[in-house]
Amino acid sequence: MSERTLRGRAVIAGVGETPYYKHGKAPDDEFKLALIAVLEACRDAGIDPREVDGFASYGGDRSEATRLAAALGIRELRFSNMHWGGGGGGVCAAVGNAAAAVHSGMADCVIAFRSLAQGQFRRYGRGAAAETVSGEDAFLAPYGLMSPAQRFAMKITRFMAEHGIRHEALRAIALASYHHAQNNPRAVMRGRPLDAATYDASRWIVEPFHRLYDCCMENDGAAAVLVVPAERAHDLAQKPAYLLGAAQGGHYRSAAPVHNAPLYASSHFTTVAHNLYAMAKLGPADLDVVQAYENFTGGVLMSLVEHGLVRPEEANDFLVPENLLAPTGRMPLNTSGGNLAECYMHGLEMVIEGVRQLRGTACNQVPGASTVLVIGGPMVTPVSSLILGTEAAL
Amino acid sequence: MSTTPSRALPGGLPAPASEPLTAPYWVGTRAGRLVIQRCRGCGGWQWGPEWVCHRCHSFDLAWEEVPPCGRIYSWERPHHPVHPALNGHTPYIIVLVELPQAGNVRMVGNLLGDPRQEIGIAAEVEAVFEPHDEADPPYTLVQWRVVG
Repeated sequence: MSERTLRGRAVIAGVGETPYYKHGKAPDDEFKLALIAVLEACRDAGIDPREVDGFASYGGDRSEATRLAAALGIRELRFSNMHWGGGGGGVCAAVGNAAAAVHSGMADCVIAFRSLAQGQFRRYGRGAAAETVSGEDAFLAPYGLMSPAQRFAMKITRFMAEHGIRHEALRAIALASYHHAQNNPRAVMRGRPLDAATYDASRWIVEPFHRLYDCCMENDGAAAVLVVPAERAHDLAQKPAYLLGAAQGGHYRSAAPVHNAPLYASSHFTTVAHNLYAMAKLGPADLDVVQAYENFTGGVLMSLVEHGLVRPEEANDFLVPENLLAPTGRMPLNTSGGNLAECYMHGLEMVIEGVRQLRGTACNQVPGASTVLVIGGPMVTPVSSLILGTEAAL
Repeated sequence: MSTTPSRALPGGLPAPASEPLTAPYWVGTRAGRLVIQRCRGCGGWQWGPEWVCHRCHSFDLAWEEVPPCGRIYSWERPHHPVHPALNGHTPYIIVLVELPQAGNVRMVGNLLGDPRQEIGIAAEVEAVFEPHDEADPPYTLVQWRVVG
C-alpha cells in the first residue's frame, strides 16, 4: 500500500482576489465578489473556469458551491465541501480538503475560496441582537461575552500570565503586519503606517491584551485558489506551489463548552502542528516564511509557540520587529500585511501570499523562499495549518 | 453567598433560553443553589452541560449542589461595547472561575465591584446570585465577588 499522504500530490495552480475594501465599502454583491475571485484564479492558472469541478470553503461562506457552479456554467460538480467552524479556523483545511479531493480522484480541479462582504450582513465584532440565547451562549452572552475578541481574551490572559510574556511581544506582531502592508498595493492599510507609540496609545478593545491594533480589521472582498493534481504541475501557466502538508482539527476536548478545554491557554494547534510536520517531513527550522492568521495578536503568539517557532520563555526577546520583517528577518511574518493590515479575508489572502512568496512575486519577497507555513485562525476549533513549497522543496 | 440589589451589567442583554439540557441549572440558581452536572456512572464533574459523560459515556448525569466558591482562572475587561445595552456601561469584568470542589470545572461570570479593580489570577471568589425577576420567564445569573 502506498504511503497515505497529501505531500507533493496537489498544487495550487492559480490565485485570484478582488480588490480588498474596508468594511461595508465593496461596490459589488458578496456573491459577485466570489465570482470575480474564482474567475481570477482560473485566469491566473490559465485554466478554463468550466473545467472547475469542485468548491471548498469554510466559515459558513454564503456563496454556495451549487450556485457558483450554476452561475459559471460548470459542466459537472464533483466535490462541494463546507468545513465546520466559524471564522478562519478552516482556511487551511479548505485548501487541504480541495487537495484531498483531487488526490483521491473525487475531483480534478477544485477552487478553495472565501467571500465576505460583512457590510451586507452582520459584523463580527458585535453580538447578535437576540432576546434569548441558547446552548453555550446562554452561559456567556448574559455576562456581556459575545464577540470573538472577548471569546479569546481569557485564553491570552492566562497564557501571558503563565509565561510572563509582555504586551510588547504582541506589538511586534502588529508592527510587522503594518510594515509589510505599506509596500503592498492591495493592502487596505497601505498609507496608514503604525509605530510603537501609536500602538501603545490606541484604545482598549478588551484589557489586558487587546488594544485596537491587536485586533484584525473587518473587510469586504473575496479570494480563491485553484487546486489541481501534481501531475499537471508542469503544464501550468504559473510556477506551481506544492502542498507539502495539511492538517486540521483540535486537541483533546478543545471545544469543551463554556471555556472548559483542559488545555485552555492555547491556540488549539498542539496536535495539528505535530500532524502537519509529520506529513510535510519538515520541522519549524525548515520554514522560510510564516503567514500566521491574526484574528488577535495573542492568538498569533500562541500559534507560533505551538508550531515550534518560538519557545514561550524566549518570546519577549524573539518577538521584536526586526526578526519578523522581510526580507532579512529571522522569521519573516505576515509579509503581505495579513488580516491586520492587508485584508481580513479570513486568511485566504495569507494562503495567496504564501503562493506569491514561492513564485518569487511577493511585494515583500523573501529571497529564495522555498517553503511557507500558513497557520489558519487560532483559538477557534477546529483549526488548520498548511505547508506549501516549491518543486525544489519536494 | 448572598443576593445583591445592584446588577453587574445593565438590562437589555440576551436572557438564557429555557432548554431541556440546562433547565436544572436554572431551577437551581432561582433557588440560590449552584448545581453542576455530575456523572452517576463514574462520578466525574462536567461543565458546560452535555447529554453524555465525556469520560464514561453514561447518559445518567445528575445535578449536584456545590459550594458557591472558586478561584479566578483567567479574566478580561471589555471596553468596547459589543451590544447596544452596553453603550456607556464599559468597562466591566468577565472572569473565568474554577470550582475546586467540583473537579475544577470552570464557569464564566462577571466580577462584581469596581470595574477598574485589579484582578489576580488564583484570587478566591464567592458566588452572588443575581435575580432577574422582571424577565419573562424570570431567571437568576451567578456572579462572583472577591472574598475578603
